[in-house]
Amino acid sequence: MPVPNFSRCKPRLPRPALLGAALALACAAAAAPAQTTLQPGTMQARVAACTACHGDQGRAGQDGYYPRLAGKPRDYLYHQLLNFRDGLRQYRPMNHLLQGLPDDYLREIAGYFADQHVPYPPPAAAGAPATLLEHGRRLATVGDAARGLPACAACHGDAFGGLAPAIPGLLGLPRDYIGAQIGGWKNGLRRAAAPDCMADVADKLQAEDIAALSAWLAAQPVAEPYVPQPTGTLRLPAECGSQAQR
Amino acid sequence: MTTLKRILGLAALACAAALAGMYWLGTREDAVAPAVQDADAGTLLERGRYLARLGNCAACHTTAGGQPYAGGTPVPTPFGTFYGPNITPDPETGIGGWSADDFWRALHDGKAPGGRLLYPAFPYTEYTRVSREDADALFAYLRSVPAVRQPSRPHELDFPYDRRPLLAFWRALYFRAGDEAADPGRPPQWLRGRYLVQGLGHCAACHAPRNAMGATRDAGQLPGGMIAGLDWYAPPLNGDPVAGLGRWSEQDVADLLRTGLSAHSTASGPMAEVVLGSSQYLTGDDALAMASYLKSLPATPSPPPASAPSAALMEQGRKLYGQQCAQCHQEDGRGSAPAWPALAGNPTVTAPSAANLVRVVLDGGYAPATAANPRPHGMPPFGVALSDNDIAAVATYVRNAWGNRGGAVRSLEVKRLRDAAR
Repeated sequence: MPVPNFSRCKPRLPRPALLGAALALACAAAAAPAQTTLQPGTMQARVAACTACHGDQGRAGQDGYYPRLAGKPRDYLYHQLLNFRDGLRQYRPMNHLLQGLPDDYLREIAGYFADQHVPYPPPAAAGAPATLLEHGRRLATVGDAARGLPACAACHGDAFGGLAPAIPGLLGLPRDYIGAQIGGWKNGLRRAAAPDCMADVADKLQAEDIAALSAWLAAQPVAEPYVPQPTGTLRLPAECGSQAQR
Repeated sequence: MTTLKRILGLAALACAAALAGMYWLGTREDAVAPAVQDADAGTLLERGRYLARLGNCAACHTTAGGQPYAGGTPVPTPFGTFYGPNITPDPETGIGGWSADDFWRALHDGKAPGGRLLYPAFPYTEYTRVSREDADALFAYLRSVPAVRQPSRPHELDFPYDRRPLLAFWRALYFRAGDEAADPGRPPQWLRGRYLVQGLGHCAACHAPRNAMGATRDAGQLPGGMIAGLDWYAPPLNGDPVAGLGRWSEQDVADLLRTGLSAHSTASGPMAEVVLGSSQYLTGDDALAMASYLKSLPATPSPPPASAPSAALMEQGRKLYGQQCAQCHQEDGRGSAPAWPALAGNPTVTAPSAANLVRVVLDGGYAPATAANPRPHGMPPFGVALSDNDIAAVATYVRNAWGNRGGAVRSLEVKRLRDAAR
C-alpha cells in the first residue's frame, strides 16, 4: 500500500547544505500522495471511483469538502453507503455512484476504508473569534444540560474518536463539512436508523451553536492513535438506532 | 350564402363524424383472451417473478430504497412527469381489487378497470404482445407481494396532456392491440426472441425514436436515438456496424444483457439500470433468443462520419487523457477488460451522439452489479474536477484517437448535459 515512508527521509549525518536541500525535496515528494499503478481486481482499483474525490486511501480530498474515510468505524461507513444508495442521504454524485451496488459489496468497501490508517494532517488555523471557539469547546466537551444537549464527547468518545461499531469520530474533518452535516441533520436531509439520536440533538442546535462546533472541532489536532473506542465503553445518553443496525 | 352554410355544415358534420370515429377506434374493447390454467400455483408464481424482472416493472413501480411495487418513481418525459403507480395488492391504493381479466386488459389494451385509458408511459404499446398465459403469471406474482397502503402520486403533466380522455385520439392514431404477426419461416428461438424484445422487454421504449406526440417510430427496426426526457442516447439494436450490433456476436449481446459487460462495451446509464433490475436475470436461453432476433435486424441508415476535430483540441485532450484516464484505460485506449473497458472501437465512445460518453465522464458510475460481476469496478465522477472545456477536449480525444471517428465534442454540449443531470 502506498503509505508514504517518512523514516527513509531522515538524514542520518550532517551533510552539506546542497544535500540537505535535495533530501528535503525527496521528502516532499514522498509525502505527496504516492502515484501508484492500479492493478485491476484489487480493492484499491475497485474504489478508484471513491478515492478520486476522497483522496488516496480515503485520506480526504484536498479542497476542504470531501471528508476523510480512512479509519472511520466500519458500520458507520457502511450505513452511509446504504443511505446514499437508498436516497436517505442526499448528495447527487454519491447517490448516482452507488446505484444498485449490493449490500455485501458496500460492506466490503466500508471495511476497506475502515482499515486504512494514514496520518492526519495538522488542522487548518481556526480563524474564528475566541468566544465562538470557547462556546464550541463547551458544547463539545460538556454540553448544555439546561437545553437538554449532551456533550458531543458523550457519544463520539472522550477524544472524539468515535465509538465502534457505528459512531464516527469528529476530528480531522473540514469545518464546512461539519457545518453542512449538522445542518443536514437539522433540516432532515440527513437521517439515520430510528431512534435517530443525532437528529434530536441537531434539532436543538441553533445556527451559532453549529458555527461554534464546526469551528472548534475542525481546529483540534488529531492525537494518534486516533481510533474509535471499543463497543460498550460508553453509556450513551440516548438510544441510537445506528448502533444496532446491521 | 346558403350554399356556403351548407358546405360549412357538411364539413362540421364530417369533422364530428371523424372525431367520433377516432374516439371509437381509440376506446373500443378488444376481445379478452380466455385465461389459461396449465400450471400449479407455485410454478405460476415463479414464472411471474421471472417475467416481472424481464419486464423491469420495478424500474417505474419501485423507488430506490422503497417498498417493492408500491410506486412513486418519477418518469420524466417531454409532456410532464409521470409517477409509477402502486401495483401491490392493497385494495384501496394498489391493484388489490383487480381481477386477472382487469390486469390482462391493462397490459393488452392499455385500459384500467372501468375503461379508464392508461397513458402509454406504461408501455402497453409493447406489452400488448404479452400472452394471456404470461399476463396471468405476472398477475399471480404481483398478488403475492406484500400489500402496501400508499396512494399513487398523481402525474404532473402539462396541458393538454393532463386531459386523459384525449388519449382516445392518440390511441386511434398510434395503438393497435394485438400480437405480432405469425412468422412460420422463423425458428422458435427467433420467435421467442422477438416476443421478448418486442413484448415485455419493451426495448423500443428507448431504442426507437418518438414523434412529437410521443409515439415510437420504426419500433420494429430499433434504430436508436436520443431518449426523450432522459438526455441519454440509446444506440441502434440492429446491424449498424459502428453504433449498433453489426460487429457483435450473439454471445456478445447475451453477455451484455446478463453480465453488463461485453467484448465491445460496458452497460452504462439507463442500460446499466436495465441490466441491474432486469436483463441480468434472463436465462441463458432467453438472452440468446433475444440476441438471435436482434442480430437479424438489418442496419438502418446511420449519420455520415463526423469531420475530424482540430489538432489543438486533440492535443489538449491527449494531455488530459494521459493525466486522468490512461492509468486505467491505457495510453493505447485498449483498457484492461473486464475491469476497465477499451475505449478504442467502443461503440459508447464513438456513438453518433456524445451524450453517453460525456455523462459517464461527468458523473462516473459503477458497471451494473450482476451475478457474474458482483464487485464491479467504477469510474470516478470527473465532473467535480474538470471544466466543461477539459471534458470536451478529453471526450473529443477519445472519440477520435486509435482509429475512432466520432468527431468533436463542444464544451456547450458538456455544459448542457451537466445542467440536465442536476
